[in-house]
Amino acid sequence: MKIMVAVKRVIDYAVKIRVKADKSGVETQNVKMSMNPFCEIALEEALRIKEAGLASEVVAVTMGPKQSIDTLRTGLAMGADRGIHVEATGDLFPLAVAKLFKALVEIEKPGLIILGKQAIDNDCNQTGQMVAGLLGWPQGTFASKVVLDKEKQEVMVDREVDGGLETLCLNLPAVITTDLRLNQPRYATLPNIMKAKSKPVKKYTPEELNVATNSDLEVVEVTEPPKRKAGVLVSSVDELIDKLKNEAHVI
Amino acid sequence: MAIVRALRVPLRLRPRFSSLSSIAGSISTLVIGEHEGGAVKAPTLSAVEAAKYLGEGNSVSVLLAGTGSSLQDAAEHAASCHPSISQVIVADSDHFVHHLAEPWARLVQLVQQREGYSHIVTVSNSFGKNVLPRAAALLDVSPITDVVSISGPNQFVRPIYAGNALSTVRYTGNSPCLLSVRSTSFPEPTVAADFRAEKAPISQDSIRKSRYVKLTSQETERPDLGNAKVVVTGGRALKSAENFKMIEKLAEKLGAAVGATRAAVDAGFVPNDLQVGQTGKIVAPELYLAFGVSGAIQHVAGMRDSKVIVAVNKDSDAPIFKVADYGLVGDLFEVIPELLEKLPEK
Repeated sequence: MKIMVAVKRVIDYAVKIRVKADKSGVETQNVKMSMNPFCEIALEEALRIKEAGLASEVVAVTMGPKQSIDTLRTGLAMGADRGIHVEATGDLFPLAVAKLFKALVEIEKPGLIILGKQAIDNDCNQTGQMVAGLLGWPQGTFASKVVLDKEKQEVMVDREVDGGLETLCLNLPAVITTDLRLNQPRYATLPNIMKAKSKPVKKYTPEELNVATNSDLEVVEVTEPPKRKAGVLVSSVDELIDKLKNEAHVI
Repeated sequence: MAIVRALRVPLRLRPRFSSLSSIAGSISTLVIGEHEGGAVKAPTLSAVEAAKYLGEGNSVSVLLAGTGSSLQDAAEHAASCHPSISQVIVADSDHFVHHLAEPWARLVQLVQQREGYSHIVTVSNSFGKNVLPRAAALLDVSPITDVVSISGPNQFVRPIYAGNALSTVRYTGNSPCLLSVRSTSFPEPTVAADFRAEKAPISQDSIRKSRYVKLTSQETERPDLGNAKVVVTGGRALKSAENFKMIEKLAEKLGAAVGATRAAVDAGFVPNDLQVGQTGKIVAPELYLAFGVSGAIQHVAGMRDSKVIVAVNKDSDAPIFKVADYGLVGDLFEVIPELLEKLPEK
């Protein structure tokens, strides 16, 4: 069975972002970029499934401009067997990404697709669900545990939901999106980084895949959130209680 | 007086809209609702409240799915709980007992094809996040998720980069416009209304590719984290699940919900559904007290809209103090017992 994993290049999670003065977006020039943390977890899970002998190949897929290849190379260094880069400039919204994914699935025919539950740049949390919808496959989102049963062609997924942990059993092929606690991703070792340079990467354009990327969404502006009033330090519990009672009126 | 209509014949179809720009005053909204114990859940009312901002004369229908008498009771409750609701649609089938995304998305698609709403709204909780994008894909439209502000029928504001930036997005596509809203941005009122319940079309496709197995959750008397007026959160500095009981004691004294940072959940002090943050729960209580919380970007994303933020941390350089209204540099193991002693009885 082949597993396809989506990996996205985003601003590193530890960076303090800046909104551009012209409100057209967030500053990405000269800013540290990394693989989306949830995508790292997705790839890690795919690698573990392969290492357990339940899958034959892990294919990492990324979509975006030229520089996205860096993220793909990281994925190959972590252990993916092959890479696919759908090269597209301009904004790629989740629906277009999902349609491109569907086109790739028709070529690659994987038995399992794993994506991060959300990208930490746009925080959409949509793509996995959309891929599943377009393919008519079952979905196990916000997964904190994945157990594959190759014989029964099923996968048991524990999901982190508002009320606790929900367990679902999905028929393969299926789409899973990963949550934080699913696993701890491995670091790419230096030998693997070297090996990755010779792993195959196939390039596609949206035109070649017959997918239109023009969107029904338009970003009007990007702004900073309202700033909170500066706070004060109190020096004792008594002072804290006093302020909460008599100044803030919350107790 | 409530009027119940159970229809067996197909409904007359409303005129279909091919583009939102031709909608002037013909806004109609389908709210994807949730119910429990025979009543509509509070988040659904947030979605109904949010629908008001889409435009004048918006007629709101609430879609409920499930089975049996608790569904019927919930439908009756739905009718009388908000003046904007003019219709309740029920899908009665055991496909919906566990609210799986696959039958739900299909249901939304079928109802939309039959009724032609201009907007479909849900709340961005784990149910809405799971269902709405799948439904959007079936309807071939881009959804706008986690909306915090609505300025008309096709312009919305949503947080990005863990809430460190706000993106104003315009929807330029065909009907329907699908959105999920943050319940903390649209608090629900409670008023009365008329009632009309209709039966929804249910696909008989065997969408049995996914099966519910079980739900593991903790029994608690604490109020629900999502809409509590006071939240007490503990971080990894609590050091153990046993110590976390101090947080629970304080929460009990304040009538508060208990929250936790990712680190505390990862360390096993508390279950995952207490996690507050960018990828956990978003809360906006009157009062948020954070003990032993460093204030990482991802945690702050989940609580920055709280009215009053209090932080207690041994480290005076902790980023949490930048966002707190009142900060106390001190040892939580001393501060919490002192608070328990000195706080006025609720």
